[in-house]
Amino acid sequence: MADSAITADDGVDLSRRKFLTQATIATGAVGAVFAAVPFIESWSPSERARAQGAPVEMDVSKIDAGQMAITVWRRSPIYVVRRTPDMVARISGHDDQLKDKDSRYSDQPAYAKNTLRSRSAELLVLVGVCTHLGCLPKQKFDAGEIYPSWPGGFFCPCHGSRFDLAGRVFDGSPASINLRVPPYSYPNPRTLLVGADEKGAA
Amino acid sequence: MAVKTASGAPARLPDAAPAKRGLWAWVNKRMPIDEFISSQLTGYYAPKNFNIWYFFGSLALVVLVLQLVTGIFLTMFYKPGELTSFDSVEYIMREVHWGWLIRYLHSTGASAFFIVVYLHMFRALLYGSYKAPRELLWLMGMLVYLALMAEAFMGYVLPWGNMSYWGAQVIVNLFGTIPGIGPGLVEWIRGDYGIADATLNRFFALHVAAVPLGLLLLVMLHLVALHQTGSNNPDGIEIKEKIGSDGKPLDGIPFHPYYTVKDTFGVGVFFVLFALIVFFVPTFGGLFLESPNFEVANPVSTPADITPVWYFTPYYAILRAVPDQRMGALLMGLAVLSFLFLPWLDRSPVKSMRYRGWISRTALALFAVSFVALGYLGMQPAEARYVIAARIFAVVYFAFFWLMPFYTRIDPVKPVPERVTYHAH
Repeated sequence: MADSAITADDGVDLSRRKFLTQATIATGAVGAVFAAVPFIESWSPSERARAQGAPVEMDVSKIDAGQMAITVWRRSPIYVVRRTPDMVARISGHDDQLKDKDSRYSDQPAYAKNTLRSRSAELLVLVGVCTHLGCLPKQKFDAGEIYPSWPGGFFCPCHGSRFDLAGRVFDGSPASINLRVPPYSYPNPRTLLVGADEKGAA
Repeated sequence: MAVKTASGAPARLPDAAPAKRGLWAWVNKRMPIDEFISSQLTGYYAPKNFNIWYFFGSLALVVLVLQLVTGIFLTMFYKPGELTSFDSVEYIMREVHWGWLIRYLHSTGASAFFIVVYLHMFRALLYGSYKAPRELLWLMGMLVYLALMAEAFMGYVLPWGNMSYWGAQVIVNLFGTIPGIGPGLVEWIRGDYGIADATLNRFFALHVAAVPLGLLLLVMLHLVALHQTGSNNPDGIEIKEKIGSDGKPLDGIPFHPYYTVKDTFGVGVFFVLFALIVFFVPTFGGLFLESPNFEVANPVSTPADITPVWYFTPYYAILRAVPDQRMGALLMGLAVLSFLFLPWLDRSPVKSMRYRGWISRTALALFAVSFVALGYLGMQPAEARYVIAARIFAVVYFAFFWLMPFYTRIDPVKPVPERVTYHAH
């Protein structure tokens, strides 16, 4: 009995055995995929993190013309700039130096997909995170602050990306798209609500 | 019970061996320790012409053990968490007995690991150690290198200094450049809308458990592959092809005791240099520990210049040299992964640079220069002159790999001798 070799002659149906082996492997593989789901999903932002990512309010009436205020939404700094008419004027005239002048490839709500990239000409609301690799662009609002033809905007100190006063990225920057615009709305003229608009909370 | 000789006089006390032999035989019947030692150490033949370049493999193993031991002790005092990490590292440095030493051993060990690994890799380039039949040995080694990079990156985040935070921000955002799944992937890696407590905790788990386990497995596979093919040597000659009448390679010597003794000497020299750094210049002028990391992580304040630790700067320089985000990340990844293809890119009939022509030698020299230059440029601010220099060296870097199939074929090689070059001391 111990030395009896298993051959097809022993009545083993090899094709049946092969089918059962493959079926077992397939079932096991499907099970492994399902079993992996909870572990993979455990890495998604937790309920607490999601709750802390709720919309934030900001009083914008105290921002002077030409000044920038920063609030934090979803751990990202939100840049809120009250642009002067001069700053708004300096947004035009360099379209040929921009990578995405019409914001076609950039990330913004529909109401900010315009030249000034904002709901109103005055207030600019941007996610203050470089679209290259996430550093914080510094404000360089004065004309000529970086080089003589500089129209004013933002400069990322990490890898040298440059953006204009509408957050549009200049040619020669490692960043490929414009600074992101978060969903936002004005519940009343004094108040900015970041993270929620007519479509509801992001 | 005294053992008596035939004459009746007490015998010389038998040495412990016979009694032990019984137990030892019992053990070996169940676990082949003797067999393992003789096949892998005392009966494992390595070429007799190893030179100074052959210290770095065993040194890497020593540093790995050092990192495991010091790392285990650090976890006894370190508390991962947005509010606790930075303080617990300060606590280790100031209040834990010898905590400063354990941490400096670990932080200096990280840099030492890369120094010996880079020299170990350069040795392979110098003597063609990646060429057939050692392709898998090379691939396993490269996987060790990749795991080491992941380990070092996550370890750097743990102190939760400002450079930890921003380094994590930059590196994790690299995954955001992957088309389609990028943004979702980044959020999944972070576990939050920014680098946060969740990110720090999972990096801790990966750094102290998952990656080290993988690293140990890969190092073991690297050694399995090494012992299958045997070591290459400075002449690039297969010693197994010249077997003596005793069945042993004519140009080989047993790894133990010959190379265990040699390697022990290397370890001694290494620890002298290592101790000098640990005790006198543990930050190494900002190269091993960067000064912005002595401030706690601040999500609303980017350090003036974000630069990774020196061992990542060659790749970082390539990332910054490309004026397109996705392309930059892609070329950076390709710069690391290019090493994997070396065994198949190199078409030279000769392994060692000793017998290669001027083209291969020049190419390797230019590559070494560009790697070091990129390393330097990656630490500089993102100014135009540095970026332009980085572009030039990046071209040289990639040319070394991707033109290799062409220049190694026309390289005027010299005849390779039958036996290894060896001068008895």
